[in-house]
Amino acid sequence: MFSLDLLLDAVVIGVLLGCFYGAVSLGLSVSFGLLDVPHVAHPAFLVLASYAVYFLNEHYAVDPLLAGLLITPVFFVFGLAAYRLYYETFEKRGSDAAVRGIAFFFGIAFIIEVLIILQFGVDQRSVTADYIGKALRLGDFRIPYRLLVAFGVATALTVLLTLYLSRTFMGRAIQAVAQDQEALRLMGTNPVKIKQWAFGIATAVLGISGALLIIVAPVDPTLDRAYIGRTFCVVVMAGLGSMGGTLVAAIILGVAESIVLTMFGASWAPAISFAMLLGILAVRPQGLFGRRS
Amino acid sequence: MTRSSIAFWAGAAVFLAAVFVMTQVVGNQYPFFAGYIILQFIALAVAWSILGGYAGYVNFGTSAFYGVGVYASVFLVKAFGAPLPLQILAGAAMGALMGLALGLLTLRMQGIFFSIATIALTIVIETAITNWRYVGGAAGIQIQRPEVTAPFDNYVQMLFFVQALLVVLAVAISRYIQNSWIGRGLQALRDDELAAECTGVPTLRLKLLACVISGALMCAVGAPAAMYLQYADPASAFNLNYSVSTLAMSLIGGTAHWSGPIIGAIVLATTQQLLTVTISSEVNVLVLGVMLVLFVVGAPDGIIGLIARLRGNRGKGEA
Repeated sequence: MFSLDLLLDAVVIGVLLGCFYGAVSLGLSVSFGLLDVPHVAHPAFLVLASYAVYFLNEHYAVDPLLAGLLITPVFFVFGLAAYRLYYETFEKRGSDAAVRGIAFFFGIAFIIEVLIILQFGVDQRSVTADYIGKALRLGDFRIPYRLLVAFGVATALTVLLTLYLSRTFMGRAIQAVAQDQEALRLMGTNPVKIKQWAFGIATAVLGISGALLIIVAPVDPTLDRAYIGRTFCVVVMAGLGSMGGTLVAAIILGVAESIVLTMFGASWAPAISFAMLLGILAVRPQGLFGRRS
Repeated sequence: MTRSSIAFWAGAAVFLAAVFVMTQVVGNQYPFFAGYIILQFIALAVAWSILGGYAGYVNFGTSAFYGVGVYASVFLVKAFGAPLPLQILAGAAMGALMGLALGLLTLRMQGIFFSIATIALTIVIETAITNWRYVGGAAGIQIQRPEVTAPFDNYVQMLFFVQALLVVLAVAISRYIQNSWIGRGLQALRDDELAAECTGVPTLRLKLLACVISGALMCAVGAPAAMYLQYADPASAFNLNYSVSTLAMSLIGGTAHWSGPIIGAIVLATTQQLLTVTISSEVNVLVLGVMLVLFVVGAPDGIIGLIARLRGNRGKGEA
């Protein structure tokens, strides 16, 4: 029943899946991890991006990855607007507003979900491309190309974002705003502008992540609920705001899910990320590579 | 008793009497089916705001409590053929235990972390129930209603009356909490937990109490739902729609006063019933979401906040 081969297989698939989870969590790692925005709607934005990619692929036969790239600027502007609204209505008003900020994003998530249902229906949707539906054979191993593509793009995306945050002027400014907003204000810069830019970047990344989501598996409008668990699990486990940590945490989640899936069956899969999230929150809330003690 | 207490209990008695008379007089079954749902949401919203409103801990886990209430009933009916009052009591006990666990979580996490943890709790419990064959698993389970007892001649009418009792219970508890030291303590810790702790407010005990009461009520509200539908399945019993509806109703009504969630629930649940019948259930979730966002952005204190502001302006105009 249980064999070493099966376990090895599960681990390999888990690592690939994990890198993909890392890519879909990157945006949240910036918006929630660095900026402290309670962005519960992040997975809903992600699914929205997938449907945009689906639309471009279905009607104009655009390659999913290219479609993801095409919607990136739109999502960037969308992110700028979303942060501006959040800042003006909640962040500016102080502590009690935080509670309503959470409710605000929760409401946005539901609105997006229903709009997708009204436009595209509740059925699963998928995209077509040359690399979807085929698999790479290495002896006994079968690795679907779609996972390999997701793995490659996800890793590249993580590296790019890490470089952006550590090497560029704007990236360092974003890290600075996460460390000490008041200090920035004293230096004569406007932290709100930097945060808005960062939120824009975080949302823009979702364009590509959304493409990966629909490449890896078909999507349906309520998929965002499962990804609340996965993305928050990854970001919290990584420790808020650590990009490299995000990738490591995502791989841990991917391998755990893959092993449970192989050993106990698919019906337990949805609970893995949420259970890990609960465990981490209860035992080590600062995460594995936390920026705060 | 103060004058407002007398008015409150007189109002509650009139309400229950009206509900009872309605079950005896109205022959058509539809008002009871629709009314049950509205009453259920009133009770849920009132229970939610004990923790979410007074204490300011945003609980996304209403569906977890509701679902556990439903499945507590399913289990008891299947295993022992337990009667309805026992189902509700058992649900409340389970809810109190879950509330206690949730309250202990608040020790380590606040704000968004607490909220995310409550979603996590929902999904974990839902998955466990989905994999529990005895209560039907993912496919759900059919439940036979027992014979209805006098003075009711229909089971749904009786459930309607029972739910009305739960509403009165929830409102009475919520009102009591608001007017007692418990409510003042909770409000203090919502405004600034550290400051409250420093000035001697027993924050942990208060949070645990709020979680236990809120949880017990939500589970108790869920318990009769199995009998109402004569069917239960994990995907609908633990549906996140309960969480967002309850949250929206409380915040739209306003959480500063015990009457806020009632107003919010009546307005929204009635609208939803109308929309579900006339248009579709998707549109009703959309309306709910849009109203939630509009209110948290535009009228943070909800309907009662708007009313208070109107009154305040008029008062100033006269003076």
